[in-house]
Amino acid sequence: MAERILMTALSPTMEEGSIVSWKKSEGDAVASGDILCEVETDKATMDYESTQEGVLLRIVLPEGRSATVGQTIGIIGDQGEDVNGLLAEVEAEGERVAPGADTGETSVSAGHEAPTPAARSAEADSGGRAESGAAHIIKASPLARKLAQQKNIDLASIKGSGPDGRIVKRDVEQFSPGPATAAPTAVAGPAGQDRTIAVSGRRAVIARRLSQSKFEAPHYYVRDSVNVEAVIAARSMLNKQLPQKVGFNAFIIKFVAEALKRHPGINASWQENTIVQFGRIDIGLAVDAGNGLITPIVRNCGNRGVVDIDAELKRLIDKAQLNALTPEEYTGATFTISNLGSFGVEEFTAIINPPGAAILAVGETRPTPVADHNGELAVRPVMKITLSSDHRVIDGAAAAGFMHELKLMMENPARVLY
Amino acid sequence: MADIAIRDALRQALEEEMNRDERVFIMGEEVGEYNGAYKVTRGLLDTFGPRRVLDTPIAELGFTGLGVGAAIAGLRPVVEWMTFNFALLALDQVINNAAKMRHMSGGQLSCPIVFRGPNGPAEFLSSQHSQALQSLLVHVPGLKVVAPATPYDAKGLLKSAIRDDNPVVMLESEMAYAWTGDVPEGEYLVPIGKADVKREGKDVTLIVHSKPLRLALEAAEQLAAMDIDAEVVDLRSLRPLDEETIYRSVRKTNRAVVIDEAWPMASVGSHVAWLISHNCFDELDAQVELVCSEDVPMPYNHTLELAVQPSVEKVIRAVRKVCYTE
Amino acid sequence: MAGTKAKQYDKTFLLDLLTDMLKIRRFEEKAAQMYGLKKIGGFCHLYNGQEAVAVGSVAAVDLKRDHVLTSYRDHGHALAVGMDPNVVMAELFGKLTGCSRGKGGSMHLFDVERNFLGGNGIVGAQIPIATGVAFASKYRGTGGVALCFFGDGAIHQGAFHESLNLAAVWGLPVIYLVENNHFGMGTAVKRVSSVEDFSVKAAGYDIPGRAVNGMDVLTVYEELSEVVEQARTDSRPCLLDVKTYRYKGHSMSDPAKYRTRQELEKYKEQDPILLLKARMLENGHLTEQEFKKLDDEMKHVAQAAVEFAEQSAEPPLESIYEDVYT
Repeated sequence: MAERILMTALSPTMEEGSIVSWKKSEGDAVASGDILCEVETDKATMDYESTQEGVLLRIVLPEGRSATVGQTIGIIGDQGEDVNGLLAEVEAEGERVAPGADTGETSVSAGHEAPTPAARSAEADSGGRAESGAAHIIKASPLARKLAQQKNIDLASIKGSGPDGRIVKRDVEQFSPGPATAAPTAVAGPAGQDRTIAVSGRRAVIARRLSQSKFEAPHYYVRDSVNVEAVIAARSMLNKQLPQKVGFNAFIIKFVAEALKRHPGINASWQENTIVQFGRIDIGLAVDAGNGLITPIVRNCGNRGVVDIDAELKRLIDKAQLNALTPEEYTGATFTISNLGSFGVEEFTAIINPPGAAILAVGETRPTPVADHNGELAVRPVMKITLSSDHRVIDGAAAAGFMHELKLMMENPARVLY
Repeated sequence: MADIAIRDALRQALEEEMNRDERVFIMGEEVGEYNGAYKVTRGLLDTFGPRRVLDTPIAELGFTGLGVGAAIAGLRPVVEWMTFNFALLALDQVINNAAKMRHMSGGQLSCPIVFRGPNGPAEFLSSQHSQALQSLLVHVPGLKVVAPATPYDAKGLLKSAIRDDNPVVMLESEMAYAWTGDVPEGEYLVPIGKADVKREGKDVTLIVHSKPLRLALEAAEQLAAMDIDAEVVDLRSLRPLDEETIYRSVRKTNRAVVIDEAWPMASVGSHVAWLISHNCFDELDAQVELVCSEDVPMPYNHTLELAVQPSVEKVIRAVRKVCYTE
Repeated sequence: MAGTKAKQYDKTFLLDLLTDMLKIRRFEEKAAQMYGLKKIGGFCHLYNGQEAVAVGSVAAVDLKRDHVLTSYRDHGHALAVGMDPNVVMAELFGKLTGCSRGKGGSMHLFDVERNFLGGNGIVGAQIPIATGVAFASKYRGTGGVALCFFGDGAIHQGAFHESLNLAAVWGLPVIYLVENNHFGMGTAVKRVSSVEDFSVKAAGYDIPGRAVNGMDVLTVYEELSEVVEQARTDSRPCLLDVKTYRYKGHSMSDPAKYRTRQELEKYKEQDPILLLKARMLENGHLTEQEFKKLDDEMKHVAQAAVEFAEQSAEPPLESIYEDVYT
């Protein structure tokens, strides 16, 4: 019995994906779990593992084309099965059909008639649209949603055992995050000038999520200058002892984590009726991955040293550059840092990255004349930092307290011991 | 403890309350010399005489309204409707007068009256004599509605109903009059407005009232063999409804199947299902299922009439659905 | 002739009748005016023209043990049993000081202290209730009689038949009094009734029936005195067809186009107030000056009732859930 292969959501926020390459050809046998194709999602290039079995009878969505979740990308069935009826249905739903590859096993039957316009519209009016619409929703029982939220588990990473794959209580209870498997593939960006650029899945998600954040969360900004002389000294002292040099960002993450420990109200989230103060400090670092922003997360920063943080950061950034981050590696930051210092930016403000309630924008460290406590001018390395806070969660005094702590700590790293 | 039938439990309640309170009297079709169409009032005429046990003409509107008048004038009538099917003729007096007298008079009047009789599907009686009409009555503020399914509850609730200063409708069941169960010796009351957990369980809550209690308990036994531990909540009172007991159970089991032998639209079952989905939304692990009668008048043919009503099999199917073991 | 009849009564008694009728007339005129000013809303059925029926009948009963029940055209009866015009007007205004705390309105006036049990908005629904009230009086042996007013429209309801049969069979002391104003809303009696004289229907229940001139308060009083005494003694019901006329439409929204001006004027010639006044003048019980003074007093009572109602508080929102259950 021939059936459709549908585009599925390979990341929690994916609504559309494009085929990077088909790993199976028409006529190939497909077992459940085989990699059918690679799909560029909004965040990464992911392997599409088949959940169906049989022979790939027809590729409907060719490489380089995209489909929304729920749309047909191929047809699978038994060897030699006639797929024309199903193709006509797919076509009637207004989906693109790739010209059939000549496998010698499928052929358009002579007697096949194209559906009449009336039949097309009738088809379009019936279930097809609704089905593809429903596929955007992660089905989960209210209880499962609540439990997943409490456990900070991304619903998209859970496989549902209820009807139509609904995630139910037992699925959340039995869930344990497994090792991520994704084949990294670099995607070359187009080049030229005066271009109209199609909005990629990732770009669309960035646009939507950040618009939502900026519109819904009342942002305000607290800015300060930090003399990072002591941090630079500490870093150079440490790096003399290590084969692998620890980056400056790891120090910023460490100091932010220490400041968050002392100001847990900043490590929080607005949840409509409640405010969650996170038990863990998971800091996301905004990274430019070539074709869009991504924020790999260093988990549990509160309990890690700078060397450890730095190693994890390097691993994540490498993966991000390859579009290979798994959803667990970039969703759910409790606090985010964006550092545009390496681009020569003196200072800027950033948009909060939900579910967090604050983001720290870090500028370039510049030699700056500073008056010491005797009022005498001296040139010091100064970095400007700006905290964007969600006023629903964090009041101005709390933001100021956190910033002050962070400044004192970076200017006197021994303060971490206090 | 004595093991007696529901009809005898009801008669005990009537007899005890008539002995206790001189204002209590019973009237209805065939309640006296005939000893009751379903023998609930057997012997009461002999005991209390024609002043307090009155055979009425077949005039449901007239004698029901007469009861309302007697109640507002200080008596405590028990009006027996031979069945609720015939009570439809009397609904103006129940809904427009009994339920509203207190309200329309700004609290000056009270209407302590009990309307009782068999309600719900019976057997081989076709459309006019085999139907569950509680939805019509529970809809009305000013009425209380109770629906016991055991001799213990039947006796205790009828006694409470007779002592209540508000009009109380008591739904009995023709098919259940012969059901037996333990009733303690001596005086006791079952409060109106309290549900009863008839079976404790942890996996799913079955919410039921009236005659289908039995099939819910039977379904629970069969489910136990499938490793599903069902809790059975017997509402007993439909108005006022003991919402807390429902929520407490559903919050424990995370799943609910509501059973109601009435039709599905605007019924006790559909209302309870709404209450659960509204008040236990985040505690639900599955949609609430409703097992009710098919949305058709009752057919005469036995196979068809059974197919129309809730059954053990239908309850089990619904439970397996909400437990995701289907 | 007219003069001789009035001679039998002492001046105080006649003045009381006249006062009550004038009070009702002036009250209803004020109510109509307030309705026009939108102080009173909804259904408002006025009693102008029919005053002799309520006043003459109520004068013949003993409100310590007898009960009065009527339809939605109830302002006149409420005032005739002695309810405070302020409290009645406040109820029409929907105010907290109204007899039903603003919950009942024009159609649902009650005064339990005066044995006045409403005030029923469903045509004929008070007939079974009054029958039950009489049942309670008999059951308790109070010697009380139920005086049940209803219109000529209600006589076609099944409740009328069921009640009269029950009252006859059970020997209940009820006076069933048809206030025959010749129109059931806009439909003339002769268009919808098999008989024009309703008193003949009594024969069908083997009870006494009488036709009474309802424009003459003394006639009403005398006839009622007889039948009330008889009902009290024999514990039997009776049926009276009391012919009267309403000057206004069925309710405030009815322009009464179904009858002629001439017909109305003809009835106004036998106006019950003018009739009694003429007799009292003739017999020397009253002077024009005294009448003028009394009328002014009643106008003042009506005006004071409006002022009381105006100044009274609206019922608080929290009262919504009050007066539903005891």
